[in-house]
Amino acid sequence: MTQTALHDLGVAQLATELRQRRVSAVEAARHFLARAQAHQHLGAYVALNEDATLAQARAADARLAAGTAGALEGVPLAHKDIFVTRDFPSTAGSKMLAGYQSPFDATVVTRLAQAGAVSLGKLNCDEFAMGSANENSAVAPVGFDAPAPVRNPWDQSRIPGGSSGGSAVAVAARLAPAATGTDTGGSIRQPASFCGITGIKPTYGRASRYGMIAFASSLDQAGPMARSAEDCALLLSAMCGPDPDRDSTSLDVPAEDFSRSLNDSLDGLRIGIPAEFFGEGLAPDVRAAVDGALKEYEKLGAKLVPISLPRTELSIPVYYIIAPAEASSNLSRFDGVKFGHRAKDYGDLLDMYKKTRAEGFGDEVKRRIMIGAYVLSHGYYDAYYLQAQKIRRMIADDFQNAFKDCDLIAGPVAPTVAWKLGEHGSDPLADYLADIFTLPGSLAGLPGMSVPAGFGEGGMPVGLQLIGNYFSEARLLNAAHRLQQATDFHLRSPL
Amino acid sequence: MALTSQDIGRIAHLARLELSPNESERMLTQLNGFFDIVEKMRAVDTAGIEPLAHPVAAIQDIALRLRDDVASEPDQREANQKSAPAVERGLFLVPKVIE
Amino acid sequence: MSAKLIHGYEVVIGFETHTQLATHSKIFSRASTAFGAEPNTQACAVDLALPGTLPVMNREAVACAIKLGLALGSHIAPKSIFARKNYFYPDLPKGYQISQFEIPVVQGGEVSFFLGDEQKTVRLVRAHLEEDAGKSLHEEFHGMSGIDLNRAGTPLLEIVTEPDMRSTEEAVAYAKELHKIVTWIGICDGNMQEGSFRCDANVSVRKPGQPLGTRREIKNLNSFKFMQQAIDYEIRWQIEELEDGRAIEQATVLFNPDTGETRAMRTKEDAADYRYFPDPDLPPLVIAPEWVESTRAQMTELPRAMAARFVQDYGLPEYDATTLTQSKAMAAYFEAAARASGQAKLASNWIMGEVSRRLNTGEIGIEQAPVSAQQLAALVQRIADGTISNNAAKQVFDALWTGEASDVDAVIEAKGLKQMNDSGALEKIVDEVIAANPDNVAQFKAGKDKAFNALVGQVMKASKGKANPQQATDLLRARLGA
Repeated sequence: MTQTALHDLGVAQLATELRQRRVSAVEAARHFLARAQAHQHLGAYVALNEDATLAQARAADARLAAGTAGALEGVPLAHKDIFVTRDFPSTAGSKMLAGYQSPFDATVVTRLAQAGAVSLGKLNCDEFAMGSANENSAVAPVGFDAPAPVRNPWDQSRIPGGSSGGSAVAVAARLAPAATGTDTGGSIRQPASFCGITGIKPTYGRASRYGMIAFASSLDQAGPMARSAEDCALLLSAMCGPDPDRDSTSLDVPAEDFSRSLNDSLDGLRIGIPAEFFGEGLAPDVRAAVDGALKEYEKLGAKLVPISLPRTELSIPVYYIIAPAEASSNLSRFDGVKFGHRAKDYGDLLDMYKKTRAEGFGDEVKRRIMIGAYVLSHGYYDAYYLQAQKIRRMIADDFQNAFKDCDLIAGPVAPTVAWKLGEHGSDPLADYLADIFTLPGSLAGLPGMSVPAGFGEGGMPVGLQLIGNYFSEARLLNAAHRLQQATDFHLRSPL
Repeated sequence: MALTSQDIGRIAHLARLELSPNESERMLTQLNGFFDIVEKMRAVDTAGIEPLAHPVAAIQDIALRLRDDVASEPDQREANQKSAPAVERGLFLVPKVIE
Repeated sequence: MSAKLIHGYEVVIGFETHTQLATHSKIFSRASTAFGAEPNTQACAVDLALPGTLPVMNREAVACAIKLGLALGSHIAPKSIFARKNYFYPDLPKGYQISQFEIPVVQGGEVSFFLGDEQKTVRLVRAHLEEDAGKSLHEEFHGMSGIDLNRAGTPLLEIVTEPDMRSTEEAVAYAKELHKIVTWIGICDGNMQEGSFRCDANVSVRKPGQPLGTRREIKNLNSFKFMQQAIDYEIRWQIEELEDGRAIEQATVLFNPDTGETRAMRTKEDAADYRYFPDPDLPPLVIAPEWVESTRAQMTELPRAMAARFVQDYGLPEYDATTLTQSKAMAAYFEAAARASGQAKLASNWIMGEVSRRLNTGEIGIEQAPVSAQQLAALVQRIADGTISNNAAKQVFDALWTGEASDVDAVIEAKGLKQMNDSGALEKIVDEVIAANPDNVAQFKAGKDKAFNALVGQVMKASKGKANPQQATDLLRARLGA
């Protein structure tokens, strides 16, 4: 096993190499830590702790030697810095939590560790996962002493997408075989699409939210980001499962082996094509790549069925009411009393609160807190929050109607490929509108993924979005896997 | 329906955010821009529609899970206060609370 | 409602009572609820709202709500919703309190009690589950306050009444009755000093027939004595304000036991806008009918019902029945004594009299009474069958109480307290007394009743108190041909 090839291996292959002792967990960890150091300029990592990583790797090697290895034994991976971890600081990309040390690990982190995975470090993300470009991080990446942009390895003048931008970059640039991400309104699918990797957001309630620093409680879901559907299936199987003692929203749905049906035939599979996803807002290059992928599916025996998701456009206001409302409340705990940032100079208690929060939060977070506090405030609740929650049900019902005619839904992840750093400037609305295709599935809590479907303008990757009905992750991964066996987009490397 | 700078002041106070005059100005413009796209939503007829809280409730009843009444948390004060801004004798210190 | 007026004003009082539930762990975390631990040693990651933590509901707290609902004849909501009450305060770690807003778990119901011999009924609006906040310690930390979050997350039932009370006395009686019920059914330890049962009283006054006046809320009344003083003061204050032509402004006030006055709290900023919304971390609380029914089946008999039964089964006066059902232990003690002796009224007299007196002086509860219900039963039986007089019984009781003896009959024997019921022996004594006191006899015959009493006294003396006084009197009269 030559070092150069090591980082080209996917999770599944690497796990095999490790199990057959052709490479040790310590070697693998060292290799990826070295790559992380060598590619600091991409700004993917915000925290490394070599001692902790190597300690985990040595423990994994011991279990490999003892023959007590787990499914992911010794496989290195990195976590989005929205998950709290004992071994690394947990900042959520915010100045508010600079250097914050969590006394416990997130359930997802624990489950992956129990499967034998080794943590390489923490990955950059938009502050409190609020953003579509990863331009809202207030944390200095490893190798920088001030916040610096996370760069798309396919074109370093472009954004990687967000909010799980660091995760997408780390995987695309081979700085980690896989990474965890979280998806509230598209934060796994969109950066996966922009960086040419594979990512899946499971059904809401499949993965525990315990230890995920909350953004929007009724939308946040953890999921894996890797290079292939096969790898995602392995990781998702380890991440999911009920967490009855820690998370009341996690469902009593037993953990599954999501790899079980990867190779099933797609013969007769009915793929719904929502007209609303292919309107004039969709860039031609993205449309061309998506159409190409859909043709592949037809070759694989699938049928394309026209469907309608009539409230697709409404999902933007609905999402940007509900998510900020929940966020404004979730972020109230950051008050400078129990943990995190407190202003240096302040007068009375009220002044301490206001200065602490003004200093600790970035512009986008403040905007969403303001929107959220407003739509929940006296006299506006019914007109905004309640109305949004009702339309949310209508959107979920639209999907149930659509699934009467199809087995899964396909379309673009985003209207365009990754845009230039700073291109949207100080216009937050531009970012909001770009979420249009990922928001409906998020509001309905449906599983969705992004699969590399080709390349568009400037040679930038384009992702195909697959949306399944509740609990149909295995089916989604099967469809994605079959496409990846017929194409090689997911194997291309930017570096 | 446009927000006024008074609204911005009121909400910023509710949310305990100190905003500079410039920030308030920018915030006002951006929020009004945002609420323009929200208008569409307000027009939708939602008569008789139940709000959807836990998304999976769209297809099945979701009931609160209850746990047994067991006090099993050990004292973790030291670890829990590691990132506290100001602690004395195990108490979190804040500017005087006047009732 | 018969409203007694004060200076022509009708008093209107409503209550909000925060009842700490007697659970081992907190409502949404596994931290202990024990009182008095070192600061923040019982505040776990969830209680501190550390990033990433989430609430998980305690089943026992729900069970307590069901019991209360059954005890007060309320509707128990098959589906209730937890909501977030958003406001910033240092003792509120999440920046919101998890409570219930639009759909509480307990709806309606009532509390009935006696005010003197008049039965009063106070209607309940609701009782909802919520988490308690921490505590701010105001003692100097170089000008800062110290925050202890041990209490944060302790389960509470907030019990809210309609504004049905019309006097301080009625309000205090309501609070005492509610306190009795929650401790009786075992959902609260009732310790008011430790804050387990905290009352907020909403007080307003109005001229009869007028709409409700503006209310002021007296917060955290944690003793019945303070409650009485605080409400009395507040009523007087409000009437004086109105009489002086000043309007009452809605306010939250605190009672100062030292000055005996209430003063307005520095109002929490924007208290008006809590931005309530359903907590997305907690699905709806669903209570199956089976759970309610199985709880109903296990419910203990409630004080009012038990008092009614005491009147029914033991023929006790309403007053006795109510007094004996002030506490579960007292009621149990009575019932055991009544059953064992078959002398319910006599047992009741002794428990409300001698027993209570001794408990009070000894400042102990009936559970610690050195005289068991069985012993008391034996004692009253001996009174009932005429073996001993009431006075003698007191001596026996004293011997039992002090632990000098434990068997009633043994004490009677040892102290020779048996009443002389053998008339032969008594006639003999009477004859001796008449023979020994000729001048008393002469005076009596001359019409001096005093002299007769002297003779009775002599008989009692000679019998060492064992003579039945009535018997002695009758015999003397017979012998003296009176």
